[in-house]
Order: sequence, then structure tokens, then C-alpha cells
Amino acid sequence: MFEYAPAPESRSIVDIKPAYGLFVNGEWVDGEVRNKTVNPATEEVLAEVTWATESEVDTAVRAARAAYENVWSRMPGRERAKYLFRIARIIQERARELAVLESLDNGKPIRESRDVDVPLVAAHFFYYAGWADKLGYAGFGPDPRPIGVAGQVIPWNFPLLMLAWKIAPALACGNTVVLKPAETTPLTALVFAEICQEADLPPGVVNIVTGAGETGHALVSHPDVNKVAFTGSTEVGRAIAKSVAGTRKKVTLELGGKAANIVFDDAPIDQAVEGIVNGIFFNQGHVCCAGSRLLVQESVYDEVLAGLKRRMALLRVGDPLDKNTDIGAINSAAQLERIRTLSDIGAEEGAARWSPPCELPDRGFWFAPTIFTGVTQAHRIAREEIFGPVLSVLTFRTPAEAVEKANNTPYGLSAGVWTDKGSRILWTADRLRAGVVWANTFNKFDPASPFGGYKESGYGREGGRHGLEAYLDV
Amino acid sequence: MTATVQSALADIGRSDAGLRAFLHGLPGVDQVGAEQRAAMLATRSIKTTAKAWAIDLAIRMVDLTTLEGADTPGKVRALCAKARRPDPADPSCPAAAAVCVYPAMVPVAFEVLRGSGVHLASVATAFPSGQAPLEVKLADTRAAVAAGADEIDMVINRGAFLSGRYREVYDEIVAVKEASGTAHLKVILETGELVTYDNVRRASWLAMLAGGDFIKTSTGKVPVAATLPVTLVMLEAVRDFRAATGRQVGVKPAGGIRTTKDAIKYLVVVNETAGADWLDPDWFRFGASTLLNDLLMQRTKLTTGRYSGPDYFTVD
Repeated sequence: MFEYAPAPESRSIVDIKPAYGLFVNGEWVDGEVRNKTVNPATEEVLAEVTWATESEVDTAVRAARAAYENVWSRMPGRERAKYLFRIARIIQERARELAVLESLDNGKPIRESRDVDVPLVAAHFFYYAGWADKLGYAGFGPDPRPIGVAGQVIPWNFPLLMLAWKIAPALACGNTVVLKPAETTPLTALVFAEICQEADLPPGVVNIVTGAGETGHALVSHPDVNKVAFTGSTEVGRAIAKSVAGTRKKVTLELGGKAANIVFDDAPIDQAVEGIVNGIFFNQGHVCCAGSRLLVQESVYDEVLAGLKRRMALLRVGDPLDKNTDIGAINSAAQLERIRTLSDIGAEEGAARWSPPCELPDRGFWFAPTIFTGVTQAHRIAREEIFGPVLSVLTFRTPAEAVEKANNTPYGLSAGVWTDKGSRILWTADRLRAGVVWANTFNKFDPASPFGGYKESGYGREGGRHGLEAYLDV
Repeated sequence: MTATVQSALADIGRSDAGLRAFLHGLPGVDQVGAEQRAAMLATRSIKTTAKAWAIDLAIRMVDLTTLEGADTPGKVRALCAKARRPDPADPSCPAAAAVCVYPAMVPVAFEVLRGSGVHLASVATAFPSGQAPLEVKLADTRAAVAAGADEIDMVINRGAFLSGRYREVYDEIVAVKEASGTAHLKVILETGELVTYDNVRRASWLAMLAGGDFIKTSTGKVPVAATLPVTLVMLEAVRDFRAATGRQVGVKPAGGIRTTKDAIKYLVVVNETAGADWLDPDWFRFGASTLLNDLLMQRTKLTTGRYSGPDYFTVD
């Protein structure tokens, strides 16, 4: 066997401060309540961060309002574009530092933060920088106006990428923002605040308030916020929808998913297996559009399953900073507990559980990649979002049955279709009730492509020309 | 199970229609996906002990090759000496797997290699075009074997393959295999001329069904030689073929692999596609002429901590 020696990325490129304040009106301010953020791979405390109180959130919203009224909304689009381009370039310059920090704080493998997250972050800023002076050509009227102050709450699975999805279009359209990163992964957002300073972004245009649920609640329910954007769990999304109901706030929600990944018998099997692995084990399965329900046509079930198990045995679980790691740490103890609970329920319900032999580190939060076979639509693991490296495998006989099962879920964020036949791709994609349908690939993101869900997966679209709509008064 | 599969597979070769149905019934290869997988594997970071291990393995897998019209007995002798002792300054350095020459040079190489354990490979069957009557190809093969070659690298008739005359290609491989006697038969698919990965997978299966011991990417004489994705597809084919028949077939990428970094990428692809069973000179080879010196240079760098210039290694 070819044992790869450890190839750790150096963490010396990152300079983590012992404590961080809030980034309000272009400056760092100390907060009242402090809490810790830990490295989920080692449980080591990385830094102390502030949990913003209601009054601190209020200060941030006021700063954003002033910046909106006095500077940002009045600035010509071509001038705003310059700032966004500058931010994008600084992100590229500091790419390695951001990737290492993201892996430290989130637990995701450096291979993904380096090759996927950070390049996409820069791409989003470049993309929306390009729109800033062309909003009149986006299809929302000749002179669409910004909305005002955007209150944005983002999750812990792609901390910096979700920040980019939120901040880049908001700024391009002339809005100012107050963004709350997740309490377990605030560090890259705080470095992003430094990047805003480095780019000489006018004070108050971007404000970062760290904290947990209460901070988020204070932000989205603040009366002077005009637009709420949230990515996270369906449960929290519901609460947000309730709290803004009856107000004039515009809302976009990007929530959970339970995506079907459909493999037809004429699929390119080796690439389909790769796509299944990428669909569910990418970012430890902490992906709202993860392909967590595999639907395989019965005639190729044995072949696909054998290939999948063989491939899973090669997955390298461990130190996120090792360049050869495929699966890193689970983001938090709470999330690990949820994954364990739902997996145990899967086994109790009678599904067959399988994981490749792999050694998990002693410290930190870890879960081996797992598949459940013999799963039916009635099983909880086939219905509820697990948000971890756990795949449910189901079978089907006819294309109509595949579509029926795929759509039989409260969610509708994404889906995958694997077949060599173009007409079957179109037939299936037409019938799938999901915001994104990938054909012969999975988990592909591009700033120019809109993303968002049906049903309990939320409403609104992010990315692309469509993503501008949420930040324009149309 | 395996015996039934084998007899079923033997039946397939009896007709063009049977071969066509079988080869076109293989799962397709998605080009984008295969290339992405290869690109991902190429990002594996191989350091320290793993690198040292990989370099020595790669040296043991090199088929040191000279296939020039201008080859002389002197050059072939030098190459054979190098294959036996790649680094005269370091006796711990392993020998190469084989020396690969034109049939006319086999007697020369045989003299130098005798008793060394280094195999003697010869390209036969009207290499590199394969455009000659079957009788000529068989005579070419027999001559090489008679002169001492224990490995034959044959080229398939790409013209016949591309026009769908699979039976013709199949029969030719069967005939050359027979003419090779006990020598190992490596079947060169010339993947650069087959163009699609679907064709590569079909040609791989065709060669294995017909009895090839190795499948090899290229002659090194057309612009597109070995690539990582093509090798990945071929490794999937040998893996699936063994699962279906129980018979293991080797893989040899040839042409264009010049650096240690590239060679290690190939070893990673072998490791994570066909598996550790193929990480052995019996089952994986590099057809290369310039690769060996870079491997030696990197090997010295690992042991001494310093790079030495090209002049510290023999030119051929």
C-alpha cells in the first residue's frame, strides 16, 4: 500500500489574535459578552470573540444606515465596482492565509478551503463587481435602486463563501450590510473586516457582528433593517419568516435540503460513484445541497454499491490541515451529536449501516463516512436533513419512480441526474422540483449561476443575475 | 462464476457483432468527470518517506526505452548498462524494470542484460504504425522473441478499430500473443489516436479479452501520448476485468512522462484506482527514456538534501 506521509500545511501564515471585537463603522469596538471559538479538529481554543448584544447590533445598524444614506447609495456604480474589485484582489493575495484560517476554524480539509472555498469567494466578488455599474441592464428596469440596510445571517459550513454570497451582491447594488457569521466559525469574517479596511471601504458599508442566535435575532428583527438574508436551518428560517412577517422587510431564505442523486443504469458508473462521493462527503456532508439520498436503478445497484464502498475505503479522514485529507472534522460537538442520533435512528429503523475501516483522531469531533442501505422513503434518515457524512441508499425501477421518490420530500434545493442519455437528463430535470439540478456532476458552484430552493428549502435566489433581485427595489 | 464468465467472454470474441455488443455495452466514460478525478488525484501531496518509497518504486518500473532510427549498438549497450545500475555512485539504487528496443537491437541488448533480472522488451508488429500485413507482424514478433526478448510491445491496428472491425483487431492480438510464446505481450492502444475515453475503455477490454498481458497507452510517436486521465480509464478497465475474470492485467503509460513529479502522480492514480496490487513492476510500468535521470536526481536530493546537476548522472 502507498501510505502518504503527512503533508501538513503550515499554520504560521495565520496570525490569530487572542481576542476580537466587533467591526462597526470601519472600526474595531470591544463588546460586553465574550465567548470562545475552537478548532473542531483538536478542541483547542483559537480566539475569544464578542457576542454582540441588542444595543451593539443597534449601533451597527445605525452605522450601516448612515453609510447607506451619506455615501454608498449615492456613489456611482463604477466607483462601487472599484472597491469590490479591490476586495476580490486582496482575497486572492491573502488566499492561503484565508484557506488555512477557514480550515482551522471550521474543520474542513485544506484541499477544499484552498481549491474550492477561497477561489469561489474571490470569483463572487469579481462577478458582482462587474454588475455594479450595469444594474440597468440586469432586467429590473432602467435604473433599479438599492433597498437600504441588509441584515445578513450566515451558517458555519462555508463561512467565507456564504459571506461572499451575501456581501458581494448587496454591495454591488448599493446596499450596506450588517453581517453575523455563525458562532462557531467567526474568524474568516473578522479577517474579511480587515480586508475591508485594507481596501479603504468607506466606514459603515460593511459591519460584522459576531454572536449566536440572540445576536442574529436582534439583527433580523431590527426595525431599521430593510432586507434580511439568511442561510441556515429550516427551523431558524421559519422563526425568521415569522419575525419579519407583517413588516416591509424583503427576505431571502436558503435553508435545508435532502437532495436526491439519481443514478440511471446507463450512467458512466465510475464517474457516478465519484459524483456520489462528492455529493455527500464533500465538506463532511455539511452542505445544504448535499446529495444525501442516493437513488440507484435496481439493475446497476450491485455495481454502484460495490464501487461506492471501494471508493469510500480510500477516503482519508483526519487532520484538516493535511493536504491529503479528504474528510475533516465535524464542525461542533452539537452537530456531531445530531449526526450520531440520526444515524442511530437509521440503524434502529432497520437500515443497514456501513462505514469503511478508518481510524479517527482521539480529540476533536469526528464521524466516519457512513452509508445506509435498504432505506425506504418512510425512514427518518431518508426524510430529515442529517447535515453530516451520512448517505441513504434507495433503489428504483423506472424513471417515473425515480422522479416520484426524488420529489417526495419537504425540501427542494438540489438534485443530481446520472445518465449517458441527453434526452433522459432533460426529461428528468424538467420533472424534479429542485432549485438546482446537476447532470453528471454534483456540488458545482459558479457565481454566474443562481442558487436557491423550493418548498422548505427556502425562497429567493442567490448568485447570477437573479441574485441581484434580492438586493434591488424591484 | 469466474469460469462461466471466462467462457462467456471467450464467446464474445467469435464475431464482430458479439464484440461490438459487448464493447458498446460497457459503462460509458464521462470525459469531464474522468478528467476531474485525475486532476484531483494529481493534487495529492507526496512528501518525505512516501516520496522516497515512490521514487524507488518508479525506478523499478521504468522500461528504459530507445526507439530511434539512429539507434546504434553502442547506444543500446550503454542503455542496458544503465538499466542494470542506474546510479553507479549508489549501489542501493534499484535496477530498472526493462530495456525496450527495436527488434534489430534485441541481440545486442540480450548480451548485456543476460542474468541481470532486467527484462528485455521489444516493440514488434511494424511499430509504430502497425500498418503491415499480419504475416510481417508475426515474423517481426517471432524474430524479436527468438533473439531473446521476453516482453513484446505490439501496436493495435487503429484503422481497423476506428472503423469498427473489432474482430480483426482481436484476431491480430490473439495471433501475436501466440507468436510471442512465453514472452509477455504488451498491447499498445495508441490512445492519442483513439481520441475518446469510451474508445480507450473499449480498446482496453478488447486487448484484455484477446489475451494481452499488459495494456499500454502509446508508442510515443504521435503528438498525444500518455495522459493521467487516459491511464485512469485504463486502470479502471484492468480493475473491472480482474473483478470479472480473475485475471490481472498490467498497465503501461508511455511517452511524455519526464519528471519525478509526474511519475508520482501516476503512482497515486494507480494506488487509488486499481489499488495496491498494481503497485509493482509486474503490473505497472513507465515507458520512458528521460524520466529515469530525474528520478535519480530527486533520489539524490532526498538523501543528500542538495540538488546535483545533470552532469552527475549518465546521459544514457
